Amino acid sequence: MPLETKHLLAIKNLSSQDINTILETADSLQEVSTRDIKKVPTLRGRTIVNLFLEPSTRTRTSFELAAKRLSADTVGISKSSSAVIKGESLKDTAKTLGAYNVDAVVIRHPAPGAAAYLADYMDASIINAGDGAHEHPTQALLDLFTANQHLGSLKGKKIAIIGDIYHSRVARSNILAFSKMGAKVLVVGPPGLIPKEVEKMGAQVSYDFDEVIPEVDIIYMLRIQLERQQQNLFLSVREYVKRYGLNSKRLARAKDCVVVMHPGPMNRGIEISAEVADMAKNLVTDQVSSGVAVRMAVLYLLVGGVSGLG
Amino acid sequence: MAKMIIKGGRLIDPLNKIDKKADVLINEGRVERVEDRVNAKNAEVIDASGMVVCPGLVDMHVHLREPGREDEETIQTGCKAAIAGGITSIACMPNTQPVNDHESVCSSIIEKAAEVGLADVYPIGAISKGLEGKSLSEMAHLAEAGAVAFSDDGKTVMDSNLLRRAFEYANSLGKPLIVHCEDENLSDAGQINESYISTVLGLKGIPAEAEEFIIARDISLAKLSGARVHIAHVSTSGSVSLIREAKKHDLPVTAEVTPHHLFLDEEMLTDYDTNLKVNPPLRSKKDTEALVKGLRDGTIDAIATDHAPHAAFEKEKEFIYAPFGMVGLETMLPLCITNLDMNLSTLIEKLTVNPAKILDIKAGNLSQGSRADILIFNNNAKVEVDSSNFFSMSKNTPYNGMKLKGKIESVIKKGKVVFKEGKFVE
Repeated sequence: MPLETKHLLAIKNLSSQDINTILETADSLQEVSTRDIKKVPTLRGRTIVNLFLEPSTRTRTSFELAAKRLSADTVGISKSSSAVIKGESLKDTAKTLGAYNVDAVVIRHPAPGAAAYLADYMDASIINAGDGAHEHPTQALLDLFTANQHLGSLKGKKIAIIGDIYHSRVARSNILAFSKMGAKVLVVGPPGLIPKEVEKMGAQVSYDFDEVIPEVDIIYMLRIQLERQQQNLFLSVREYVKRYGLNSKRLARAKDCVVVMHPGPMNRGIEISAEVADMAKNLVTDQVSSGVAVRMAVLYLLVGGVSGLG
Repeated sequence: MAKMIIKGGRLIDPLNKIDKKADVLINEGRVERVEDRVNAKNAEVIDASGMVVCPGLVDMHVHLREPGREDEETIQTGCKAAIAGGITSIACMPNTQPVNDHESVCSSIIEKAAEVGLADVYPIGAISKGLEGKSLSEMAHLAEAGAVAFSDDGKTVMDSNLLRRAFEYANSLGKPLIVHCEDENLSDAGQINESYISTVLGLKGIPAEAEEFIIARDISLAKLSGARVHIAHVSTSGSVSLIREAKKHDLPVTAEVTPHHLFLDEEMLTDYDTNLKVNPPLRSKKDTEALVKGLRDGTIDAIATDHAPHAAFEKEKEFIYAPFGMVGLETMLPLCITNLDMNLSTLIEKLTVNPAKILDIKAGNLSQGSRADILIFNNNAKVEVDSSNFFSMSKNTPYNGMKLKGKIESVIKKGKVVFKEGKFVE
């Protein structure tokens, strides 16, 4: 089934039906990455640009592998290797890429709304790989996929997202995505890192990790950026670790079947203790491998056109 | 100069409490008589039946970009845009390049405006040198050169003691201070109103309190110094309450609101339209309702555009990189007529005599002997906003394509028809 949308810009305007289509397609594509020859010819002759104007290792690698395993031709552009560093506007970048007649652009950009901006100026399908603090839809989709695989249906399940909600596109996309799938979402963090009226997005707010931990099915830890301390958004690493870090003592108070997730890269010893980071409950590597399958599904559904899965 | 009679219109002159069918006789560029019926020999007759005739509008908050950014607006194009919007007097903010913090800049603006000879341009001098909030500009020299008020518009003087001195000095010169109220520590490089919308869009928010806090401070400073303070572009419900309270205590406080803060709100921002990026930011629906109420009960004295021209290439950037501001001169009147459920005479008051009183300029009324700056408009005729027809050099408006009510028919400046049916009269 084709998607209702031409672009993947945000979970916000993605229908539940499209989410399910992507997850189902990812399910059938996941097997490709386990083959000896990890490649299907589905997107042969299609061109995908990975426009990464902000540092990224795993998202970029994941999209690159996803495209290559579908046999698409890929071109990677990073800020330091692009005309952006010479002051080219995003409008001109869009027009230039448009003139190459590419099929899709995967964009990572520090400005909220940048992916939608690109979609306004280009015919290609635009896939948002993170735009400022706005959204990171493929991360949320791969998180849904991973959670689904371990917990089955997410309906009625509880997920707590812990840490810097304010600056996190992952948190925003996940609040919306897990709510759309019928899960209950809690956000937990120091007050300066909880954005205003986040309840209206469908999340319950708590400042107390210990209070919520016994009731949740998924603990989703966010990476804390140390420079936020200078803005007094959290007060010290010591205090943050004490109140919001996940260690085995704290985890012991959670349900037995709880799973831990993290979008990576993890700060071992800060938001997550080394011990928990290496536990089997921690799905971080599953998330990485799901990432490739989900991004293959997104690329296939948006640029695959009529050709079959081969 | 020949005589002219504007005949048969609905004449609205709020200063003289006139709102009735009447004729105006103009002689030698001045209003000679306003009567139910005027006849005079050798007078050119302008038929205004079915039209509203009122004083040319006064816009006390305009950004002309000359000197410095003549690619965005010049004194000439800004004046043309004003006239095309029915505005015959404008006050221009000092954030030019160089800043209008010196009498030479002030004089040069006045001279150029006189050369253009369309709208009257009243410069507003900078409170602080370079708008840096560190030391005061030579306010007396600026006043002598023609500055009608002082402002660091776009910026708040965060040093309260420095601002106190400015208040005292302005008071001694009989000039008001016009204050942009934004606590820069609280607004902290925010982009839009802080609320659910900023959270969903991942944009940094500016809380309403950033404005209200400074309004409260500046009201206190007005009390301390006795100086007149005018609050620019009020945007929140809390601000309206603070100003209402100050007026109850007879403090010398006045306030203005822009059409965009009255008629647009943050919920329109979901597409990251940079034409909606303004400072103060568009607020909630609840705030817009409070602003309309404040306008109605007299808490807010004036409507002003905060006309802020920006080059297309700057507004076409990603939202966080685009500058704040929208143009407004050519859309103010029809926006107000279309969207404000208000007695027309009260509306005209907010657009003419009230801002003229605040700035203490001779404009905004049709008293006998006053300069014949007159606007004739059709209250019911429809117009469609088309920015490609703007006389302003910049087109950064969110109203493009909007169908509005209220069409400018003619604009008379010093007794001469300068603008008629969408064209300038040579």
